[in-house]
Amino acid sequence: MRSQAEPTIHPADRPTSIGASRSAARTVIDAAQPWRFVDFGELWRSRDLLWMLTARDLKVRYRQAVVGAAWAVLQPVLTMVIFGVLFGLLGRKPAAGDAPYLVTAYCGLLPWHLLATSLSQATASLVNDRHVITRVYFPRMLLPMASVVAALVDFGIAAVVLAGLMAWFGIAPTLALVTLPGFVLLAVLVALGAGLWLSALNALYRDIGYTVPFLLQVGFFVSPVVYETAALVPERWRLVYSLNPMVGAIEGFRWALLGGPAPPMAMLGVSMAVAAAFLLGGMAFFRRVEHVIADRI
Amino acid sequence: MSDLAIRVQNVSKRFRLGTGASYGRFSETLQDWAVGLFRRPWAWWRGQTGETAKPTRDVWALRDVSFDVAQGEVVGIVGRNGAGKSTLLKVLSRVIHPTRGRVELVGRVGSLLEVGTGFHPELTGRENVFLSGAILGMSRREIRRKFDEIAAFAQIEPFLDTPVKRYSNGMVVRLGFAVAAHLEPEILLVDEVLSVGDVAFQKKCIGKMDEVRRQGRTVLIVSHNLPSIVNLCGRAMLLDAGKIVFEGSPADVVRQYLATVRSAAGEITWPDLDRAPGDPGVKLCSVRILQDDGRQPTGDVDIAKDVLIEITYRNLVEGTPLYAGIWLKDQLGTFVLSSHNARSQNLTPDPWYGRPYPRGVFRTVCRIPGNFLNEGRYHVTPLLGRVPQPALVLEESTIAFDVHDTGAMREEYTGSWAGPVIRPRLAWCTEPLGEGAEARPAKE
Repeated sequence: MRSQAEPTIHPADRPTSIGASRSAARTVIDAAQPWRFVDFGELWRSRDLLWMLTARDLKVRYRQAVVGAAWAVLQPVLTMVIFGVLFGLLGRKPAAGDAPYLVTAYCGLLPWHLLATSLSQATASLVNDRHVITRVYFPRMLLPMASVVAALVDFGIAAVVLAGLMAWFGIAPTLALVTLPGFVLLAVLVALGAGLWLSALNALYRDIGYTVPFLLQVGFFVSPVVYETAALVPERWRLVYSLNPMVGAIEGFRWALLGGPAPPMAMLGVSMAVAAAFLLGGMAFFRRVEHVIADRI
Repeated sequence: MSDLAIRVQNVSKRFRLGTGASYGRFSETLQDWAVGLFRRPWAWWRGQTGETAKPTRDVWALRDVSFDVAQGEVVGIVGRNGAGKSTLLKVLSRVIHPTRGRVELVGRVGSLLEVGTGFHPELTGRENVFLSGAILGMSRREIRRKFDEIAAFAQIEPFLDTPVKRYSNGMVVRLGFAVAAHLEPEILLVDEVLSVGDVAFQKKCIGKMDEVRRQGRTVLIVSHNLPSIVNLCGRAMLLDAGKIVFEGSPADVVRQYLATVRSAAGEITWPDLDRAPGDPGVKLCSVRILQDDGRQPTGDVDIAKDVLIEITYRNLVEGTPLYAGIWLKDQLGTFVLSSHNARSQNLTPDPWYGRPYPRGVFRTVCRIPGNFLNEGRYHVTPLLGRVPQPALVLEESTIAFDVHDTGAMREEYTGSWAGPVIRPRLAWCTEPLGEGAEARPAKE
C-alpha cells in the first residue's frame, strides 16, 4: 500500500531537536518531575468532558429508577417528615428560630444531602471507571468533580421543594438571601475536598468505600442538620464544633434563607478555613496519587 | 516532515508485584505507614506511598527506551507478549507514568488502546458517541459536526437511540471504531485495534489507517498483525524484554522478530503458574510440536508426516467450558490457518469441547496432516477460551517449527517450491477423451 514515490525519512535526515513548525500543543512527561499542583488550564479545557460525565452519571442513575429524578426530592423530604414526627412526639424541638421545624430541618437536609450524594458517588468514581482510566488519559479529577456536579443538580431539584415549603408557611426571605450562593459554594467545596480525598484513597485501598456510609452517618449527627447549633451546642464548644466545615455551610445556608440572628463570624471563618485547607490538601493528595492510579487501581 | 513529533529519552517503567501492589488493605498499609512515618518522615510523599520495606518483586516492563519519531512518520512496534509494547504505548498516552526518563510529544495526542473506550451500556448509541468522543479528547462541537459521518461509518443509524446494552458485539465494535476513526489528532497511538471485528471490518479499519497516514499524521502502531505493519509503516522497532533490540524497515524487523522465536526445542513450557499466560481461571502450561506420535518434541518436521501440536493447560475454575485452538502463520506473518476444537472444525468430534471442565491439567492435540504444509518455518499461536467467548489466552507466535522437504513430494520436480504457503496433495485425474471429442468441458 505504501507507494515508492513517497519520501521516507532516513536516519541521517532525522531532525535532532523538537521544533515547532506547527503551533501545536507540547506535552512533556518527565519522571524526574513527578508531581505538580493542579493544572487548572487543563481542567478548563476539559469542561466539555466534565458535562458529559455529569450527564452520564445523572442519566444512568435515573433512567432505570421507577421514580426517576423524584428520588432527589424524596430522600430529603422523607427524612424531614421522619424527624418532624419524631421531635413532634417528643414534644421538644431542637430549633432556636421562629421558623416551623419542618422548614428548619429541610434547610439543613438540603446541603447535607448535597454532601452525602457527592461523597457516596465520588468515592467510587475512580474505581467504577478504572476501565477507562487504564485505557486513555484525561484529567482524572474530572471523575469526582462530575459526581459533585451531578449532586448539585439533585440539590437544585430538591431546592424547588424548599421554595414551595417556604411559600406554604409564608416565610419571606430577608436580605441575607444574597449570601446564599456563597454558602452553597462552601458546601460544594467541602464536598469536592472530601470527594478528592476519598476517591483517591478508595482507588488505593478498596476498604475505604465501606467506611463512607458510616462516616456519613456520624457526620449527619455532628452537623446541624436536624437541629440548630444555637439550640443544642453549648456556647464554649461552638468554635471546636465548627471545625466540621459543614457546620458553617449549613448554618449559613439556613440563615440566608430564614433570617434570624446571623451565625458568628468566627464560626464561619473556622469552617471556611478548614474547608479550604481540606480542599487544597485533597487536590495535592489526588495529584500525588494520580500518577500511580493506573498501576494500582 | 522536518520536525519531531515524539521524542522518548531513556524511559523505564517498573511494576511492583507482591504486597500491596494492587489490592492492599488499608488497615495493613496504615500499620506499615505509621511505622514508615516514624522511621523516615516524608518518605511516603516522595513516591513511596504505603510501600515500605516489605519484600516486593520488581518487574521492569521498559528498560531505557529511547527513540524519535518525526512528524508524519508511521512507526510500528513489534514484539512478543510481555515485551513491553503496550506499556510503552500507555506511557506515551499518559495513562501510566514512567519510573525514569522523559517523553516529549508535539501536537494533539489521540490514543486508541481499545475500541469503545468509555461506552456505558445504559446509554444510547448517540449518547455514547458524545461520551466516548469527549473521553478521547474531542470537544462537543467537534462531535456534533462529525456526528452524521460517525453514524454512517458505523452503519447503525436505525439504532442510534437504543441503549448500547441491546447492541450486538459487532455493532458496539463498529460504533467504537467509528468514534475513534473520527478523532483527528496530530499523533495517533494505536494498540491492537486492527485485530478486532470481522475481515470486512478489519479491511475498513486498515483503509482508515492508511488514510490517516496519507494525511501526514504521525502514527505509532503496536500490532500482532505483521502484514499490516509491513504495509502501513515506514519504519518499525522490535521490542524484547522492555528494550528496543532492533530497528529498521518493517520487513527487516518482522523477519528479525520471527527469527528470534526459537524453533529448535519444539517445546515451550511455563513451569511457574504465576507467570504463565492466562487469566485467573485458566493458565497455559506448555505448547509442544510432536511428530510420529512420538513423545519427544521437535522443531524439525518431515513434510510427509503428520505434525501434532499439543497444548497443555490448567483449569482452575470448576465447571468452565473451555476450548482450544491454534493459529498458524508463515515466515512473513501471513495467516495460514486458524482452527479450533469446535465440532464444526473437527474431523472427529472432540468430546471435551464445550463441556464443563473439572479442575486440573488438560491436553489438547491438533493433528495437521502430512503433505499439506510447504517447506519453511511456521509459527504457532496457541489459543484458549471459554465457549462461546473470544480467546482469553493468545500467545502470539510463541513457538515455531521448520518443515523439511524430504523428497516425498518432489520426486518429479527438482526446482524451488518457495512461494506457496501450503503444498497439499490434492486429487488429480486426467482421462483421454479420444481424437474426435469436442474441446469442451465435461457436463456435470
